[in-house]
Amino acid sequence: MNDALAIRARGLTKRFKDLVAVNHVDLSVPKASVYGFLGPNGSGKTTTIRMLCGLMTPTEGEIEVLGLHLPKEAEALRRRIGYMTQKFSLFEDLTVRENLEFLAAVQDMPPAQARTRIDELIQQYHFADREKQLAGTMSGGQKQRLALAGAVIHSPELLFLDEPTSAVDPESRRDFWEKLFELADGGTTILVSTHYMDEAERCHRLAILDRGVLVADGSPAELTGAIAGRTLAVHSNTPRRARRALMEAPGVISAAQVGNTLRVLTAENGGVIDRLSKVLTDAGLHGEITVSEPNLEDVFVSATRGKQAAATTQEAA
Amino acid sequence: MSFRRLFAIMLKELRQMRRDRITLAMIVGIPVMQLVLFGYAINFTLRDLDTAVADQAATAGSRAFVMDLQNTGVLRSVRDASTPQQLMEMLRRGEISVGVVIPPDFERRRVDGREAVQILVDGSDTSVQSAVAQLAQTPLDSAQYKQAPAPQISVVSFYNPERRAAINIVPGLIGIILTMTMVMFTAVSLVRERERGNMELLIATPVSSSELMIGKVLPFAGIGLIQTTLVLLLGAWLFEVPVRGALLDVYIASVLLILANLTLGLLISTKAQSQFQAMQMTFFVFLPSILLSGFMFPFAGMPKVIQWVAEVLPLTHFLRLIRGIMLRGAGIIELWPEVLALCLFTTVMMSAAILRFRKRLD
Repeated sequence: MNDALAIRARGLTKRFKDLVAVNHVDLSVPKASVYGFLGPNGSGKTTTIRMLCGLMTPTEGEIEVLGLHLPKEAEALRRRIGYMTQKFSLFEDLTVRENLEFLAAVQDMPPAQARTRIDELIQQYHFADREKQLAGTMSGGQKQRLALAGAVIHSPELLFLDEPTSAVDPESRRDFWEKLFELADGGTTILVSTHYMDEAERCHRLAILDRGVLVADGSPAELTGAIAGRTLAVHSNTPRRARRALMEAPGVISAAQVGNTLRVLTAENGGVIDRLSKVLTDAGLHGEITVSEPNLEDVFVSATRGKQAAATTQEAA
Repeated sequence: MSFRRLFAIMLKELRQMRRDRITLAMIVGIPVMQLVLFGYAINFTLRDLDTAVADQAATAGSRAFVMDLQNTGVLRSVRDASTPQQLMEMLRRGEISVGVVIPPDFERRRVDGREAVQILVDGSDTSVQSAVAQLAQTPLDSAQYKQAPAPQISVVSFYNPERRAAINIVPGLIGIILTMTMVMFTAVSLVRERERGNMELLIATPVSSSELMIGKVLPFAGIGLIQTTLVLLLGAWLFEVPVRGALLDVYIASVLLILANLTLGLLISTKAQSQFQAMQMTFFVFLPSILLSGFMFPFAGMPKVIQWVAEVLPLTHFLRLIRGIMLRGAGIIELWPEVLALCLFTTVMMSAAILRFRKRLD
């Protein structure tokens, strides 16, 4: 295995009866990077993470994490990884300090070392004034901070975070990501799943999953670069009619309305502006078309190719 | 096996228990409630059965006989009747359990030595039936008492000559209470972690199955001993139940039952999908334990097949142990087959639970 890789998976597949939750996924996660998993709910993110940290046996495929072969060497891996579950999984009826004490002991840290580490984490994660508070009585953002503190208590080499910010306000999300970059700077490899585009943009590299299939992977710049020239902005005073006309046109993957502007994603980038202008003129509509900067949302829509995905984006807008 | 991790799990369990008011209440509430309920309410000696008498003879002799019947304390006259038909109706309506018919020719029948009195009984309850059957021994004429021949067989009753039901029930209650609470506590313990999502966290750590299982069992074993002490103290204080054997033996026997039940609970917990299911399965164990162990009904009276089933239940063996130690003053070594059975049960259950528990989500 390449020493620069923390995770390498080939042909990773998980079937639950008739459902294929993860379908032949290949992954290479470089060390000391923040690697994102982007995908809608039910795209197989959680199942993939569970297989990568040895909690689930893959139906097919090879996994090598930190040089250990899974699922055979899962037990040895557990000391070297941290895992933050999607749902808050610390004990709600224990206090902040009790939870951390438990996790430190379970990781076999000697008592003195555990005490120093817990004091340190309580400072770093701003729990100094609430170390005696029951975990269950804290807010979403606080719980998430505590869960992260718990996951890194034994300073793992590799950290798995399953949608860590799904129940958290924007400010806590920002703070949380600061913490992640601090950890990555310290040499920790982080694999984080999300369905927020802005979070995906922060990752060093990312993989896009759709219905269990890996549809794209690379750095955010590579991914957006690959669709350069395919995203257009259409300014029209009748945006809804323009949208209808454009959706009929061949080569248009999606057209989402943002205010009075339409954001159009096309399949190719050669001479699209002229072609679409003609479509609008033929439909008796007026519109001004310019090329716009592609973002990860466009990458995502393009990769999943779904008219369906386009529809959800439009609703969100 | 790491003692640091084992200790961490035990400490966590104790801390969680301390904050769980219902569990705390159950630890003390169940023993006290059961002891008082069973100790005072259950009495196998029947008294004051509702009775009506149809005395068609109405002679001095018949009235004296009715008085004799009432003096036994078994019957209590609540209604009057004049014909056997009326008695039958009252029986059917449930107004009385026993009807006494004294025919008009009572005196002549008595002299002739024929049947002179008929007692009608609602035999649907067999204990009522057998209590009333005893009444058939009542002499028709109290004067005959003196002439009654001395019985040729004498029965000498040991260990509970006063025939107090509490003496038999209280030691058994230790077993019932431990079975009820211990199985339930551990049956819900793993499932609860699964329901609350803690399990995914736990299995992603280096904690081993045996550390988790043993760490969950031991704190409850301590609770079980507290309950045992409570029942022993209340039993001695309220019902003067003696401990004729060694107190240490009582506790050893209790520990054996506690461990058997806790490990059974753990096994249930690895199988159940929800806390509710775990409770249902607990009752599936609890009911046969109460009915078949010999706590309610003597073991000797059960059909062979049922006896085999009962031999599998830990409570059956514990009852033999505890009654032997507390009431007959036997040493625990003398009762070694029961000790062996309980140890075997615990070993099998614990191994099955550890084997069944997978540190995986699929």
